[in-house]
Amino acid sequence: MSQPVFAPWDDPNEKPLIRFDDVTKRFGDFVAIDNLSLSIYESEFFALLGPSGCGKTTMMRMLAGFENPSAGKIELAGKNIAGVPPNKRAVNMMFQSYALFPHLSIWENIAFGLKRGDMTKADIAVRVEEMLKLTRLTKFAKRKPHQISGGQRQRVALARALAKAPKLLLLDEPLGALDKKLRQDTQFELMDIQESTGTTFVIVTHDQEEAMTVASRVAVMDEGQIIQVATPDRIYEAPNSVYVADFIGDVNIISGTVKAAGDEMYHLDWVANEAPLLAASDRTFSESQPAHLAIRPEKIAISVDKPTEMKNAVQGTVLDIAYLGNLSTYHVQLGGGQVIKAQTANTRRLSRRTITWEDSVWISWSATAGVLLER
Amino acid sequence: MNIRRFILIAVPYAWLLALFLIPFIIVFKISLSDLALSIPPYSPTAKDGISAMFKAFDLENFIFLASDDLYWRAYLSSLKIALISTILAVLVGYPMAYGMARAPEEWRPTLMMLVILPFWTSFLIRVYAWVGILSNEGLLNQFLLWLGIIDAPLTIMNTTTAVYIGIVYTYLPFMILPIYAALDRLDESLIEAAEDLGCSRLKAFWLVTIPLSRNGIIAGCFLVFIPALGEFVIPSLLGGSGTLMIGKVLFEEFFNNRDWPVASAVAVILLLILIVPIVLFQRNQQRQAEVES
Repeated sequence: MSQPVFAPWDDPNEKPLIRFDDVTKRFGDFVAIDNLSLSIYESEFFALLGPSGCGKTTMMRMLAGFENPSAGKIELAGKNIAGVPPNKRAVNMMFQSYALFPHLSIWENIAFGLKRGDMTKADIAVRVEEMLKLTRLTKFAKRKPHQISGGQRQRVALARALAKAPKLLLLDEPLGALDKKLRQDTQFELMDIQESTGTTFVIVTHDQEEAMTVASRVAVMDEGQIIQVATPDRIYEAPNSVYVADFIGDVNIISGTVKAAGDEMYHLDWVANEAPLLAASDRTFSESQPAHLAIRPEKIAISVDKPTEMKNAVQGTVLDIAYLGNLSTYHVQLGGGQVIKAQTANTRRLSRRTITWEDSVWISWSATAGVLLER
Repeated sequence: MNIRRFILIAVPYAWLLALFLIPFIIVFKISLSDLALSIPPYSPTAKDGISAMFKAFDLENFIFLASDDLYWRAYLSSLKIALISTILAVLVGYPMAYGMARAPEEWRPTLMMLVILPFWTSFLIRVYAWVGILSNEGLLNQFLLWLGIIDAPLTIMNTTTAVYIGIVYTYLPFMILPIYAALDRLDESLIEAAEDLGCSRLKAFWLVTIPLSRNGIIAGCFLVFIPALGEFVIPSLLGGSGTLMIGKVLFEEFFNNRDWPVASAVAVILLLILIVPIVLFQRNQQRQAEVES
């Protein structure tokens, strides 16, 4: 009835396609990658996500062969690839600027890599046509890169990188130059192409939405280290740190100290004159340990009257309302001055808003709505 | 309405008319005249009456140029020297431009300055300096003798080799600057993309760097070839009597023989020869501008 779930990272017998083994990369005094280990499996769509300067591009350039690690080793299909030049690797890259050759036609751009191998002319022509069809560019084959649109250029770059059927395809901010609408369409196109070719994709991006949409797993990076590697839903719903919770999507962070409150249940003391908050956690905390409760705005309900069922309910006043069309986000200021964001879906078209600015409201959430974090 | 636009176009055209077209018409007119022992040293002039002047014009001087093989040989020799100098300038200038474009960012203004620096001294003085370097007792020979590479001084002065050295040296900046401009614009990631797709460094250079700097090379070649073709100072100072160049012939006709009509005819033919590369150069510039827009 259901398809088997694609999760090679949970299978201890599965051999990773790429293995970073204690890799460090230094540029002079600057440590770009700090003692990092990571496994990426075949057919994965793996996203490296992080702010600029976090080392994600360095990781990609090491995979492509433009940089070599200062220490540690990188294995591709079980072989150490340190020192192997880029032109000898079964890895192709799609550049952020696309790097299409301006003096060559679209057809010649796609054929460029194929001509470097020992393919016959007829085979090259067949393969180029195949790639043109895959990326819906057949009509533009004779044009030069400056004669087509940004979205088409992006597809040429993809076709050129895929033409040699690499074991691994690297994508450096592939959709950064496209506008939002085109970017969303292209994300699904990328996923389709990844699925139909079965190639392992590693994508570098600073756009968390993009990473969440396309990737089978996401690695959140900061300052040369990987903070968390998990599937998009785990990253979102079960971040391992405030950094990850804050980087992905919108989040409310409430800091305090914990007290045990039964089996996998904790009370969080957060301000003096409010009742402690109840939160479930499968992590164990010691008594009075400082902790942070991370709750997504959409998990917080907002109401005029005090809700009776919810374990956690706090009173506050509405400070701001952000109307996004499909959603409304309420910024509610609590007694202690802290501002909490609560989000509701606008499911009815012509409903009158019952809550407005300066109203006194109750915000509430269940014990399992948030995640209790140590750092 | 369109007066502004008219003035905008009229000013440069008036400039060209006054400083290029009118002198050219005068030279062309002299080339159709005959040698005379008078001041100016040709006849007829406008003093003889306009219609009489037009009646007296003939193509005698051009026929003379065609019949005397000195001129043919001078034109061909100039073309050959200009062509070889241009090729030498590419071979010397390209690596220099490439080195500049690849140098660290903070070094580039200094390197650019060094390329332009020779223009700050007189061209004539710089060519004279080469006499001091290339002559039998010159710096180069002294240095090679001191090193023990040669036992007797090399004869470079007053040979065609000295002319090549002089032309390549003088016009090298005109080769380097357009090539540098093309290489400087070249996106580094294009080279990386070529390597990523299976090219060695050398192959990437050949398949990407060279084609993408082609317009710079072509522009540089024209900027060296065009002035080198009519060059007069360098062959007369460094070349000696064995080097035949049309610029030198032109000078001798004007000032040594005082044969203005023949000298003018030589100049008119030289201009006609130069029009071809100039038009080609303009086309190259225009095409480049179109691609970039």
